[in-house]
Amino acid sequence: MTSIPVKRPIVARMRGSVQQVLALASLIAILVFFSFASPYFFTPSNLVGILMAATVTGILALGTTFVIVAGGIDLSIGTGMILCGVMTGVFLTYWGWPAWAGVTGAILFGGLIGFVNGFNVSVLGLPPFIATLGMMLVASGLSLVISGTKPIYFKEHPDFQLLMNFSVIPGARFPLGVLIFLSLTVVAAVVLGKTIVGRYAFSIGSNEAATALSGVNVVRWKLTIYTIAGLFVGIAGVLAASRLSSAQPVGGMGLELEAIAAVVIGGTSLQGGRGSIAGTVVGALIVAVLTNGLRVTAVPQEWQSVVVGCVILVAVYVDMLRRKRA
Amino acid sequence: MNRKAFVALLGATAITVALGACSEAADKPGGGGDEKPYVALISKGFRHQFWQAVKAGAEQAGKEFNVTVTFEGAQEEGNVEQQIQLLQTVIDKHPDAIGFAAIDSQAAGPLMQQAKNEKIPVIAFDSGVDSDVPVTTAATDNLAAAAEAAKHMAEKIGHEGKIAMVVHDQTSVTGVQRRDGFVDYMKKNEPKIQIVDIQYSGDPLKATDLAKAIITANPDLKGIYGSNEGAAIGVLHAVQERGLTGKMTVVGFDSGKDQIDAIKAGTMAGAITQNPVGIGYETVKAAVAAIKGQSLPKSVDTGFYWYDKANIDDPKISAVLYQ
Repeated sequence: MTSIPVKRPIVARMRGSVQQVLALASLIAILVFFSFASPYFFTPSNLVGILMAATVTGILALGTTFVIVAGGIDLSIGTGMILCGVMTGVFLTYWGWPAWAGVTGAILFGGLIGFVNGFNVSVLGLPPFIATLGMMLVASGLSLVISGTKPIYFKEHPDFQLLMNFSVIPGARFPLGVLIFLSLTVVAAVVLGKTIVGRYAFSIGSNEAATALSGVNVVRWKLTIYTIAGLFVGIAGVLAASRLSSAQPVGGMGLELEAIAAVVIGGTSLQGGRGSIAGTVVGALIVAVLTNGLRVTAVPQEWQSVVVGCVILVAVYVDMLRRKRA
Repeated sequence: MNRKAFVALLGATAITVALGACSEAADKPGGGGDEKPYVALISKGFRHQFWQAVKAGAEQAGKEFNVTVTFEGAQEEGNVEQQIQLLQTVIDKHPDAIGFAAIDSQAAGPLMQQAKNEKIPVIAFDSGVDSDVPVTTAATDNLAAAAEAAKHMAEKIGHEGKIAMVVHDQTSVTGVQRRDGFVDYMKKNEPKIQIVDIQYSGDPLKATDLAKAIITANPDLKGIYGSNEGAAIGVLHAVQERGLTGKMTVVGFDSGKDQIDAIKAGTMAGAITQNPVGIGYETVKAAVAAIKGQSLPKSVDTGFYWYDKANIDDPKISAVLYQ
């Protein structure tokens, strides 16, 4: 309130980077802690395992960052991802499409889910929480209906599992899926940070009414933002199906909350208008490292959720304290 | 429909009376004479292959004991309301006995009471019914089945070493029993086998990640047990991603294409399958006994099989496996 308007962007930028540095420092602290706690934690194969576990949730979190920055929320990403996996099975196994077409089709299908979410939110004016809660249930049901509640296997495409599992570094078992995740991170960071989509996402999230008054077509940009999130959901679905070499129609519930947790831990505000892809990636890694570390040190599973829950509470509280002070 | 049911009812009543009183084969007015007793089964689902196998077993018993059997289930597994509707309709038809696998025992409470009031014996099957109305429950003895899995695991790893378990959940009856049966067997019979970790997930993707973490934390691990299809798929993929295929002993539960393929390829040592045909058969058999007024044990074990590379193509086994 009291800061001079000219200085605001610099202060805001600094605040953003402080949060990222803080999150990164926590990540490193957790890594160091578990490395001492277990001799098996800091090994190449376990670190790759952590990245693989972070891939699907991380990609979902990347897309959700756009939506949350723009002041929305997307609860349909978990079951939407499962539905995209099932569609991959439909395209490749039921309809016998070539691999590239099936994968593209499934990703576009994710975009369609996102577009419908965006339509419901921006054109029909449904609250994002309700609109995407509805879609979450629709997607969960459709997965079961389309697949007849049974997993779909990629009989025609035995190589489909290579999309996630192919080792890009010979002999080192560094899977292609992780590389895709890391590449998408760069793409998402550029789109959110350097393009007009990103700029309007921040603008809509900070003050939607003002953005609309300044002549921006808010409806159109919200549609775009939800569709982008949907495309990420599609990619995550394809990779999850590839990893299991089958489209599993059950599951996905709860994954959306893991992804949202990653976004929030990474310093993106649920009120919108503030956030970063770098933060989200660090957030996703914190969740994955924590989950893996607790398992490797054989902490009972009941306590694992307690710890992850507390981390979310602390992360959000620290963020709030800092903002009050600033 | 109603008329047929009415006739069936009268006929059935006649038979019941005749059998109960051990006297003349009464031919009540309007009775159909040689009408067969009617046993109505209401299951949790219908379309799934598991339920189709239950149905086949029930029909087989129907032929054998000369009773009319109908089998209905919720179109969409888990739809409580639909199942209650089916149960209501069936009770209105006044069958001689009802077989019931509750989706939600609480929701079925009032109707169970109604069946009891109308003196229709109820046989619970599969997951059973949490109520004192059913005269018996025909289900897989999951404790014994899990112990069988443990026995085979112990044999495969040479009765010593570290193993871990991935259980599909820690709250459901099947989850708890498939865990405890396994653990208890090891405690009682295998002093040199150490269970180093028990983690929970029936979601294939999550089970993969957690099984990988278990393998990481225990490099000298010799085997992993997965307690249902989802958990076992996760274990298999974790072992495969870690490049331990063939080195790690994997024991699973239920069937599905992943497990069947893995067993045929030798990457999975074997698995326990329930016997859905047996569940259907024993339910109808118990219903017939109840109609005759015979006393029944509290529960009927419907059996299970251990299957591995050696017996997977045995017709008795392949009949109860689903892809």
